[in-house]
Amino acid sequence: MAGLATAFGSGAMTNSIAEIAGAETILVIGSNTTEAHPIVGLQVKKAVKKHGAKLIVADPRPIDLTRLADIWLPLKPGTNVALLNGMMKVIIEEGLEDQRFIAERTEGYEEFKKVIDALDLEETAQITGVSVSLIREAARMYAQAEKASILYAMGITQHSSGTGHVLSTANLAMLTGNVGKESAGVNPLRGQSNVQGACDMGCLPNVLPGYQKVSDAGVLSKFENKWNVPLSNKPGLTVTEMFHGALTGEVKGLYVMGENPMLSDPDLNKVKKALESLEFLVVQDIFLTETAKMADVVLPAVSFAEKEGTVTNTERRVQKMNKALESTGEGKEDWKIIKDLAGAMGYAMHYPAAENIFRELSGLTPIYNGITYERIDPHGIQWPCPSVHHPGTKYLHHRRFSKGLGKFSPVEYTPPAEIVDDEYPFILTTGRILFHFHTGSMSRRVFSLNEISPEGFLEMSAKDADYLGIESNEEVVVKSRRGKLKVKALVKKNFLAGTVFLPFHFHESPANILTNTALDPVAKIPELKVCAVKIEKIKK
Amino acid sequence: MDGKKIVLSINGKEITCGLNKTILDVVRENGIQIPTLCDCKNLAPFGACRLCLVEIEGIPKLITACSTIAVKGMKIRTESERIDKSRRFIVELLLSDHPFDCMFCEQAGTCPLQDLAYEYGMKNIRFPGEKRATITDDTNPFIERDNSKCILCGRCVRVCDEIQGVGAIGFIDRGFQTRIGTPFDRNLDCEFCGQCVASCPVGALTAKPSKQKGRIWQTRSVKTICPYCGCGCNLTLHVRDNKIISVTSDPDTLNEGYLCSKGRFGCDYVHHPDRLQYPLIKKDGQFIRSSWEQALTLVAMKFKEIKEQHGNDSLAGLSSAKCTNEENYLFQKFIRAVLGTNNVDHCARL
Ligand code: SF4
Ligand code: SF4
Ligand code: SF4
Repeated sequence: MAGLATAFGSGAMTNSIAEIAGAETILVIGSNTTEAHPIVGLQVKKAVKKHGAKLIVADPRPIDLTRLADIWLPLKPGTNVALLNGMMKVIIEEGLEDQRFIAERTEGYEEFKKVIDALDLEETAQITGVSVSLIREAARMYAQAEKASILYAMGITQHSSGTGHVLSTANLAMLTGNVGKESAGVNPLRGQSNVQGACDMGCLPNVLPGYQKVSDAGVLSKFENKWNVPLSNKPGLTVTEMFHGALTGEVKGLYVMGENPMLSDPDLNKVKKALESLEFLVVQDIFLTETAKMADVVLPAVSFAEKEGTVTNTERRVQKMNKALESTGEGKEDWKIIKDLAGAMGYAMHYPAAENIFRELSGLTPIYNGITYERIDPHGIQWPCPSVHHPGTKYLHHRRFSKGLGKFSPVEYTPPAEIVDDEYPFILTTGRILFHFHTGSMSRRVFSLNEISPEGFLEMSAKDADYLGIESNEEVVVKSRRGKLKVKALVKKNFLAGTVFLPFHFHESPANILTNTALDPVAKIPELKVCAVKIEKIKK
Repeated sequence: MDGKKIVLSINGKEITCGLNKTILDVVRENGIQIPTLCDCKNLAPFGACRLCLVEIEGIPKLITACSTIAVKGMKIRTESERIDKSRRFIVELLLSDHPFDCMFCEQAGTCPLQDLAYEYGMKNIRFPGEKRATITDDTNPFIERDNSKCILCGRCVRVCDEIQGVGAIGFIDRGFQTRIGTPFDRNLDCEFCGQCVASCPVGALTAKPSKQKGRIWQTRSVKTICPYCGCGCNLTLHVRDNKIISVTSDPDTLNEGYLCSKGRFGCDYVHHPDRLQYPLIKKDGQFIRSSWEQALTLVAMKFKEIKEQHGNDSLAGLSSAKCTNEENYLFQKFIRAVLGTNNVDHCARL
């Protein structure tokens, strides 16, 4: 998460899950917490119901948490930056900023303030669709809390200007001194079980494990010595760039482990073409996913229950996974497959067990230095944990940001890459639902989950449905500039007119056939959250 | 925080404890057992089962330990003939209206009511009475309710309201007819987190997917981490004959023993017949079964060929946010050290 690292020096959740219940005000923005992160959702409910915390929900949809919210800001999709800037305008106007925190712990304030000073709140209201008075009220509620916590997820990051959205949340927290203390901070919620770990382990094109830059000569030579091989210092391609590269012929061979970009990535038609253009595709997975079907070679892996290792959750807690089952087929642990493949290519790897790999990686990763298998049993340890005597870190940036001073960034609102027009008049946003997960390759194969939620749906407002003459449960066609699909409409009373929502778990109605690959220039995250579509009745 | 302590006595022994604790908490902290049925961690005291009755010197009535705050100088007794008698009476009353079918009940082995009946040797009930009807809601795939076994402890109702914030179920009717159900007896339509099932002490609420799959003493339990979202909930998998038959979670974890529908009911996919069994190589558009050796040799050969013809940067890898740290580490090591490129990424951006 590039934005947060720029502002604070670390892209991870600043606080722990349990600390959420201790916040006085919680701002939930771009996260349908109770559905996508249910256990974090419980902490939000606890804060509100048990401790009387105030809750602000900024989301285009009337998500479950809006029931508990003191303020619901139903902003237009893609306008988070405008909303947050508006709130900061109010805070500065009304003198609610934390001047001491700004002076002692941050830099770049003057530059940032120029952008805010130049704002006109009426204009903000127009862009976001949220009234000035509501923005004011929310700003005060957030700024006046001793401990305010921001929770966000893909609704913030999956935009062509996602880095700006993230930087804005960081600006808001620093402006009011709401970071670097217990229960106050900026908390990106990670979507999959080990997203945090995959980032920590350097599965990113520009950093090695522990966010050590490939362009740093010292870092590179440390790894070269340990791995006994010369390494490249040239940052690599991001996932979306890889697909682009496949289309242009720059990328010829691709090795995919446990991912299903054929459902999760934007503009599926383009992904498909990209995968078809490859000379060689290897997919390693436990099911023959949509992506695996396109592979030249498929390597069978085993499930979480058949392996041992560690995973790192959204609050930076490294925890132990234990093996419960013997695998029944010829599938192998992913690490064993990689090890064997490396051997077949003439690079010997010697690891009798997962723990041997962990020892190597913790030695090379400063934030994991003090973590061992013994120490994480049974409650895990939260990084940074620099030494075996260090207890781990509950919340980040206490007294000092990871990068020294916190950095304010001037962020101006930019509209989404694709805006609605006469032909494609609806804004489509995509996301997750409670009963399914990511591309559904797991949850759709659970009988009970699939029975309770067997198919995709398109949420739309009663107003739009009326206008188009569509009834709930009626099958409709959704079209964007990139593709089309059929899905049942689900008409919602409380829904923002002009916006529609589609979950992306269902291969029968693959939301990402519609979405846009416009990339955020810094984080390289595609704009999955906003694109323009039209909705058509099916003629009988 | 300020370390304020009070002194009181339990069963004649002087003890020191913190302020504002219930008698039940203090007693348990000191390693003394009191049976309870309605008490449940993290939920407000309810005082419904009345099993936790204790004697306090100077108070004529027995009082419920779960809903009384311990105060300075209290002289508490947790065992006496009077207490024993009243506990027996309560258990007997509960059993009088309880189907004696432990041999079929899913809860057998972890049921505190079964344990109490066993302990008190209650084979013959003095007041066998009318039994309540079995009312089951059978429409959802997750949870089965059998109200004939319900002891009205209210744990399910309270966890659904106090913790889950859903309030899908409540007490219905009065007196002997009192039962737990949904408003207007509609079919359960909720988040299916299963918190209610996990907190039901008896066999009134059970997880359908686990039915008849195995007894608790026939299973092995393994602690691990949920494979779904980034919350990282701790799971305990109960395994029999190499199959996961149910999933629970300890209260002493970051998720406090609470799960969502995916963690609690969603692990079955590991046994799905679609699981890949062996390596596949595509020939003329068709997948053909291959050996590991054939598959790995082919991959190694193709990667080398591409590397030589088009350079290291013509290869790329996508790692997985579902795999372990060890596997992610090894994957990027493979891409960087063996393929020689930094073209490695994963789906966190998406
Ligand atoms: S499954 Fe969860 S939401 Fe449904 S009744 Fe039980 S506790 Fe309530
Ligand atoms: S269903 Fe179970 S938890 Fe609910 S009141 Fe009855 S016995 Fe208690
Ligand atoms: S049980 Fe639910 S909330 Fe917990 S990690 Fe699994 S998916 Fe996430």
